[in-house]
Parts: sequence; C-alpha cells; structure tokens
Amino acid sequence: MKINLRINGQSRQFLIEPNEYLLDVLRKNDYLSVRRGCDNTSCGVCTVLIDNKPVPSCSVLAARCENKEITTVEGIEKEVEKLAKYFGELGADQCGYCNPSMALTVYSLKLENKNANIEEVKEYLVGNLCRCTGYVAQHEAIMKYLGDES
Amino acid sequence: MIFMEVKELIRAIDAEAAYTLLNEFKGSKVMAGGAWMKLSVKSVDKLILLDDLNLDYIKEENEYLEIGAMTSLRTMEMHPTIKSLNSGILAKAIKSIMGVQVRNVATIGGSVMGRFAFSDILGALLVLDCRLYFHELHEISLFDFLQMPKVPRDILLSIKIKKSSGKGYFHKVSKTHLDFSLLNIAITKNELFKIAIGSRPQTATLAISTANFLNSQSVINEAIIKKAVEIACDEIKVSTNLRASKEYREVLLKTYLTRGLLEVIK
Repeated sequence: MKINLRINGQSRQFLIEPNEYLLDVLRKNDYLSVRRGCDNTSCGVCTVLIDNKPVPSCSVLAARCENKEITTVEGIEKEVEKLAKYFGELGADQCGYCNPSMALTVYSLKLENKNANIEEVKEYLVGNLCRCTGYVAQHEAIMKYLGDES
Repeated sequence: MIFMEVKELIRAIDAEAAYTLLNEFKGSKVMAGGAWMKLSVKSVDKLILLDDLNLDYIKEENEYLEIGAMTSLRTMEMHPTIKSLNSGILAKAIKSIMGVQVRNVATIGGSVMGRFAFSDILGALLVLDCRLYFHELHEISLFDFLQMPKVPRDILLSIKIKKSSGKGYFHKVSKTHLDFSLLNIAITKNELFKIAIGSRPQTATLAISTANFLNSQSVINEAIIKKAVEIACDEIKVSTNLRASKEYREVLLKTYLTRGLLEVIK
C-alpha cells in the first residue's frame, strides 16, 4: 500500500506493508537518527514527533500516519544546536544513542510548557531512558535550554 | 524485531462497518492505540482501524464527562475537569503509566477493552462510576463489563464519568515508574465510599463489602478504618506472580488502604 507523509516539512510517498511500523519505514528510508532500542515502547529511543507530539515510532503503524506531520531530529536543527551546546558544557552527553529522541521530547516539552520546572522536566522525560549518564547533567542542561530565550 | 503479521488493514468508515467486520471474520481484531497489541498479538487476518470514526473527543455535560474511545490517555490527563475529579485520581492514575510517548498513543478505549490485569486506570474508573457505551451492547457499567466472562465482540464508542468533587486517593506501588503495578488502590469519598483494588495481580475490582461497612458508619475514625481494612483483606483476593508474592501484596493492601482512607476523611 502507498502512504503519504510529511517528514520534516517535505512530502514523501512510500510503499509499505500493512504491518510496518513507522520506525521501520523511517529507517528503511535513511532517517537513521530514529534509533531502534527495545522495540516495545519501553526505552523511548525511537521517539519522533507526530503533529508535534512525541510518540514511540516502534509502536505506531506507518499506515496510520497518512498525511501526518512527522518530525525527526533533523527537522529541529536550530533547537538541537542550542540543546547540544548545553549538553556539551555540562557533560550531559556520553554515547549519544538516546540524544535524538531526548532532543525531540525536550523540544515537545518546550512547545507545551516552556516554563517547566525541574520536576516537570523529570516527569516529561520518564519515557526516555539513558543507559550512560544518570540524568543529572541532562536535566541541568535541559533547564538551561528551556531558559534560553535566544 | 517484534513482528505482528497483518494480512489486511481496514479503516472502518463507521461503527456499523467496524462491528460487521469484527463479527463476520473470526480472525479480525480492532486496533485502538496499538501500543500493547504489538506485544500480545502475533497474527491478524483483518486489522480494523477506528481512526476515521471521530471518537477522539472529550465532551462536558452538566453532570457527566463523555470521552470518545479513541481519546489518548495524554489528552485525558491534561484535561482540566479530569484533573479536578475527586482530587484528580484519574489524571494521577494515567500519569503513572509509562512515559508521555506511550500515553500519546494509548487510548482509553484500548485500555478498557483490554481489561488488563496490570491496568492502573480501571480501578480509578471503577470508583468514578464509569459507564461504557457500545455500538451494539449500548450502555453497561464498567463493573458489569469487567464481570463478563468474555470481552464482547463490539465497538466501544465512549465512556462516561460522573462529575464529582469529593475526595479521592490513588496509589500505585511499582518497582520503577515504567514497571507494572504490584498493587494499585483507588478510593473516592463523595456521599459514599468506593474502593477499588487492582493489579492483585488480577484485574481491578470493587471492594463492595468494605465500602458498605464504611458507608453504614456514622463516624469514621481510626478504629473503624482498621476494621474496614480487615474486611478488605478478607474480601479482596490477592495472589502471587513473578512481580510479588501474595504475602507482600497483603501487606501492601493493608498499608495503602489505611493511608488512602485516612487521606479521604481528612
């Protein structure tokens, strides 16, 4: 079957199987910043935004995304640059595998509640697992990013 | 890679079409949010999608809140009226489920129709007097639905919750935020007490005798609560699974039921 998606502002058409998940379709078509992790909605590394809401792409059938706006980390480049700066300054970055999904979730939080406090940040990011950092530096970097008006 | 075989995907044009497809073909299934389905279903002949049925809504009526079956858990948890119902227990129960990503996908219809034993929502809905509205079966209380021996092959259209401003308590005990409950407790105190215990590990149920005992008392004090907790321990059966033992669940039940009752009588 054919589906039409808007990915990072561009219209794309793909030929898919009815049981293909968005994660598989994106990776097959070279959107490799969308990572495969647990494949069962637990880890959050496959997060993309659908109509600006974070979802686990491993559990959304691609066929259900017809005409939806999909955002991967490449679609929010300027925001990612800002966030990456704070991640670097605060040593919040280690292996980097979870960074794209983390950036998308944080961006979505900023759209929803840019004045989020640290508890709200922790709560919003509960579905993004990071196996390396222990989260403290990430939370500090995210608070700085949210406070950055530039 | 986790794989679910789907032979045919059908976007139902209305509830009647979805109902007919579901009942004409044995190997057909309805997908609501779909997050859990991937983990529990290996193969489907006809997968029926309800995305075009306009069931994603929350309507406020004078006494009730009507929620379409395809409304996401995240939409519900952010709704101001849901946040305020009986100390916000439903929003609290929803928030305790996985992360924002999953709650953006999971729907209230899927959460109800799954009758999941580990569900954190069913207990909160039980104590909020939730009623279900189906295409064919029409209206049924959530409590009666949970007592049915099998899930009916019907299309859940919406749920209704009575608006109430009494007190409420919800608590989920789990090893981590992302883990299933070892036990969960929901209590409301409007004119009457209602108590539900879930993840026992069986599906949530109402503690009817315990609530009747409390509702027959003119004064609720610590001694009455102690007696009520004893009744609940006799009435509500808990058992052992991989997550926790029967004995541990009994301790959890006593502890959190006591705390919950003290909270709602404050």
